[in-house]
Amino acid sequence: MNFFQIISEIEKVDPEVYDRLDSRRSIFKNMAGLGQKLSAAALPLAVGAIFNKVYAQTPVGADVNAVLNFALKLEYLESYFYNAATAVTGLSAVNQAALALIRTDEANHVSFLRTTITALGGTPIAVPATTGVFDFTGGGRFNPTDATTYLALAQSLEDTGVRAYKGAAPLVMANKTVLTAALNIHSVEARHASQLRAMRRAGNNSSTPSQGVAVAPYSGLTGAPKSWISGTDGGGAIPTASAIRGFSTAGIYGAGNQTNAPATIIFAAEDSVSQANVTLSATTLTATAGFPAASYSEAFDEGLDVGTVAAIANNFSVTGTYFN
Amino acid sequence: MSTKINSDSQTVEHDQDRQLASPIARRSFFKYAGATAGATALVLAGCSKSDSSPGSVSVGSGDAGVLNYAYALEQLEAAFYTQVRTGAFYTGSTITAAEKSILDDLYYHEVIHRDFLRAAIVAAGATPIKALTPNFANVNFGTRAGVFGTAKAFEDLGVAAYNGAGQYITTPAYLFIAGKIVSVEARHAAIIRDLVSENTFVGNDVITLTTANKATGDTNYAPANSSLERSMTPSEVVAVANTFLADGSKLDVSGIR
Repeated sequence: MNFFQIISEIEKVDPEVYDRLDSRRSIFKNMAGLGQKLSAAALPLAVGAIFNKVYAQTPVGADVNAVLNFALKLEYLESYFYNAATAVTGLSAVNQAALALIRTDEANHVSFLRTTITALGGTPIAVPATTGVFDFTGGGRFNPTDATTYLALAQSLEDTGVRAYKGAAPLVMANKTVLTAALNIHSVEARHASQLRAMRRAGNNSSTPSQGVAVAPYSGLTGAPKSWISGTDGGGAIPTASAIRGFSTAGIYGAGNQTNAPATIIFAAEDSVSQANVTLSATTLTATAGFPAASYSEAFDEGLDVGTVAAIANNFSVTGTYFN
Repeated sequence: MSTKINSDSQTVEHDQDRQLASPIARRSFFKYAGATAGATALVLAGCSKSDSSPGSVSVGSGDAGVLNYAYALEQLEAAFYTQVRTGAFYTGSTITAAEKSILDDLYYHEVIHRDFLRAAIVAAGATPIKALTPNFANVNFGTRAGVFGTAKAFEDLGVAAYNGAGQYITTPAYLFIAGKIVSVEARHAAIIRDLVSENTFVGNDVITLTTANKATGDTNYAPANSSLERSMTPSEVVAVANTFLADGSKLDVSGIR
């Protein structure tokens, strides 16, 4: 959760950010021309240079470092969530090992972003306290040391992350180095989401998470989802019908908010079967005659806007506003 | 192998990018080849072929070129899973219910991706490349290791390919579409890798864990301990993909830049 959200966040306070970026496309082209020389160490500098140039002549009050720190907050949410995995009881050693692998990845993403902010001359947010900032009980709704609950929450966070990265990808496409780095995080989040779904499918104590059998409609705390999102997965791990004290995961698989969406980008629900103006069916894709109806939605993940992502993440904020 | 090296060295003077890419492409090729018997045979196939076979299929340039590049890779994946479902492993008695369900879904998804991309290319007013002829002569469809080992290579390659091609797309809607597909490919890759060996859904061979992806200073360098996917350039990808394509169907991606 990093660069993809950054510009969307800027957009919240500066609705014209797209125009600013677009009207200075030559800047990006110049930056892209440096691509051969840009190392990852230089990447944060490149990001900073872009923002500085975009805003240098027309300050609008957007605190770029605050935006970057917003992305960092989201990274910390995931990272701390996986730090808490060791307290979860009832998981097989294989499943605990999987969570440790994911924990490493999220910590690495945090580190990557902190380095970026520092290189920009900014100050990364203070490392969040281990208590008092994030609340993985969701305000007393969940017992996150329960394996079933924990994996359901983990899947929800990862699927949200995948949607968030995807939704903002078109906004950073002018800088090829940033875009590629962001895409290279996006797919790692998708690998995590797939893994967590496999773990839920096979069961908390399974030593062969790849061998679980999915059971429709894939919803509910004890649901057995596919590794990919089928339709809206019946509302996800906590569908509306069985919402836990007002908390539901239905929004994680639902449509996003189009209010600030870039042109031609539609934040559709996960059960969408319309892609790039092609309605997917056996009629339009004749070789797919006889395919299960759900396969058309499964074959494509959908993007989500930052505002919706923030609202989801705030369920795990002690103040309820940490991600605003 | 010597033919390929000579070919690369001749190219160096004309295209510095290729000089950087080629050794990596070969390294990646061996990485994907893995240790299974079927994959080992692929190494031999790869070494016996030259990238510069006559009658290669150019994917073209611009956004249409990237879409055709994706269309080509999806053709390959769809053809693979189509053949998997008639192979002795899939039709045999040792496959589990979970494995069968996953291979079915991957077949559905990849055929949908293939035919969707073709429709999208037509809708964009561009011309889709021809139907490619795969060469799976060295894939063992009769064994679990052959099927999942090759599936792993294809899925990881697909993720690396989409991630690496994103930067060549100029239309936001197409980038968005590529993002919608690549995360599904990553979901595929994760479960297939686990079917090969549990808890290998991520690993240093596909993301930057213990080592950087490329030498410092190379395009899209990512450092160790950053957990970024090891995306590949189109030229790196087709060095692998062409080993699964028949003569006359081998891809030329030089138009994507």
